[in-house]
Amino acid sequence: MYHKEKSIQMKSSASALYNNLSVLRIAPRSLTYFTVVHANMVNMVSASWDGLNYSHRQLQSKEANVATSSSLIMQAAWCVLPSRDILVLTSQKGIQMYESDGSIMVYWHALDTPETQTAQAVFARGIAAVREKYICVGISSGSMLVFDVPIKGSNITLSEVLEEHKESITDLASECSGSQECIADMVSADDSGNLCVWKSGEDFQLLNKIPGFQMSCSSVKLWKGTVVAGYGTGQIRLYEAVTGIVHAEVNAHARWIYSLDIAPFSGLLLSAAEDSLVRVWHLTMTPETNSVEIVHMYNECVTDTQICGAKFCDGDGYAFAVTGYDLSEIIRYTQV
Amino acid sequence: MSMRTLPLVFINLGGEMLYILDQRLRAQNTADDNTQKGVWSDDDRKRVMNDIIATMFSKAFMEELLKPQDLYSNRALRTVLTRLAHASIMRLNPASMDRLYELMVMAFKYQLLLCPRPRDLLIISYNHIDTIREFVRDTPSVLNQVDETHRKIIEVYTPLSDGEFQLLRQTLLIFLQDMHVRVSLFLKDKVQNPNGRFALSTTGPVPHGTEVPGLIRMFSSNGKEWKRWEFPTGGSYTSSIRVGSFERFGDRVIRIGTNMYSVTQPEETHTSKNFSQKANSEPNPLAKEELNLLARLLGGMKVQNRNTETGFRVNLFATDQEEEEAGASGGNGDQSFQVINIQATQAVQVNTELARIAGEFTGEPEQTESPEGPSNKGEDLLAMMDELIEL
Repeated sequence: MYHKEKSIQMKSSASALYNNLSVLRIAPRSLTYFTVVHANMVNMVSASWDGLNYSHRQLQSKEANVATSSSLIMQAAWCVLPSRDILVLTSQKGIQMYESDGSIMVYWHALDTPETQTAQAVFARGIAAVREKYICVGISSGSMLVFDVPIKGSNITLSEVLEEHKESITDLASECSGSQECIADMVSADDSGNLCVWKSGEDFQLLNKIPGFQMSCSSVKLWKGTVVAGYGTGQIRLYEAVTGIVHAEVNAHARWIYSLDIAPFSGLLLSAAEDSLVRVWHLTMTPETNSVEIVHMYNECVTDTQICGAKFCDGDGYAFAVTGYDLSEIIRYTQV
Repeated sequence: MSMRTLPLVFINLGGEMLYILDQRLRAQNTADDNTQKGVWSDDDRKRVMNDIIATMFSKAFMEELLKPQDLYSNRALRTVLTRLAHASIMRLNPASMDRLYELMVMAFKYQLLLCPRPRDLLIISYNHIDTIREFVRDTPSVLNQVDETHRKIIEVYTPLSDGEFQLLRQTLLIFLQDMHVRVSLFLKDKVQNPNGRFALSTTGPVPHGTEVPGLIRMFSSNGKEWKRWEFPTGGSYTSSIRVGSFERFGDRVIRIGTNMYSVTQPEETHTSKNFSQKANSEPNPLAKEELNLLARLLGGMKVQNRNTETGFRVNLFATDQEEEEAGASGGNGDQSFQVINIQATQAVQVNTELARIAGEFTGEPEQTESPEGPSNKGEDLLAMMDELIEL
């Protein structure tokens, strides 16, 4: 179904972090941006579609001048809003937001660090753009910060703090089908596998809470009202977002899942785990029975690699890219 | 990231160090090579092991490690581990220490990567503790310290969630990123590829708590399963085996973290640098905070005061002739396989604040003049860490 393309070389290797790849497709300029986190910095590569031009940029974690281990970046992801794309970096120190090409930092939010060192790690993780104007970021305490983003400029403000999760946030996802009919706008996941389903607005409203089973949910997506969640046990589960009804359960991987992605136009699902495997699935909605079906399509084994990021490069799922721990390349695959 | 890495780092890295030292000191004892000027007796070996273990598992040292804190930098960690290695009568010169550190670190990286579940990092740590306990079983006072520490570790780590263990593991993996030193033992067993990367298999038992991949189940809205089918997995997995013991004693089941050197008695383990390692000399100087932490940590290390003997200088090769040869060959082991130029000199006193602090706690003079009396023991033969594979 897919074959391997020429890999993109990065300036440094990928770190073992959940969802460690973000892709932004810029059609007007025939470019695709990729970002991958390496310890306290982010590798950003822009690749032209003709495969001839590559340019690199590296973004540093703010306050990276102190001992390396205290300013690690947990995640980097693009937030696509109607009028602008914002690159968000979440670290142990706080949240950095840049204009899409990473050239200008437009916003910095420092995390509250406790006076005395506690055993609880402090960091931000989980990034999602919600509806037209919000960027949500998760925190290790379980809180989520909702930022209000203007059409342009740096007047980004903290609009709300959502306190629902008790464990560290692992991932956030917003409804990606583009449909305006869906009630649920965002889903948040935490280290105990609990999922919260939200409706956005001036005050975000909790629509549903889907309990976990003490197993970390490391990656989550929301598509056409269906939550797709990947767990540390290697399982993928599909839930109906607003009711919490389980549609399907897949024993997908032999190790911890690190990344999920959905191609919204085709319903293709990508899953990647520490077991070196990337799998492609197809989701179909059956409105009559109000169910979602998941069918396995394809496997790709990235030999001797614990995969940490996998994303489709376009809305149809025609191509996807993969990163692995200790690998300094972004491996790409396209449909045959 | 994780604030709980240090105790496990020291138990595992320190454990690997002890495995290597134990094997080498035993090898000296049984070596047929008569060119050695002296051998380490069983008593000497036990003394070295006891001293190092007593220091590592001392109450003060462990208490310091157990405080929630960020992982040290590479440099800081190496400094403390070097101090540990020198907690007894044995001395290693910088090059030997380099090789020892590489071996320790690559073994730990391998263990982290192959750890089935993040929580099993505890089993790996307990495997190290189990063997350490064996090393000091004849010394009740030290054995007691090891037991106490084990109890404390169980108390602190058992309540952590799987997510927290994964964060801990991720923190350590970031720390060990980009290290691809090849270890002959790993290459021989095919667990490491010639390019320095570890082999990850897609066969075997799944971790406890994970189902064998391959099954899709569909449920109706009332929770009943209405369809199931299988998909090809591209690997060949079997059900998980039983869980190992997380108590002080018991069958650990998982073998990762046990002493792999005890099996390879006669053979020496070599390391070689093919690719340039992550730069030790980062422009990032040790922050003042780290120095303070380190000073407290070193302060917690009580080194036995052996006034009767001074430290023994360590040579890296069996004969003086080999030493000269090694000194003569140049190269800096960049991209190709080359014998790294090794200086068989005494440990150079690093003129830093740390060394001063460190020096305060040895209770011995730092300069290692030629020892008298049982001087032949000083010509130590931890040569295995310095020979390289030439392919």
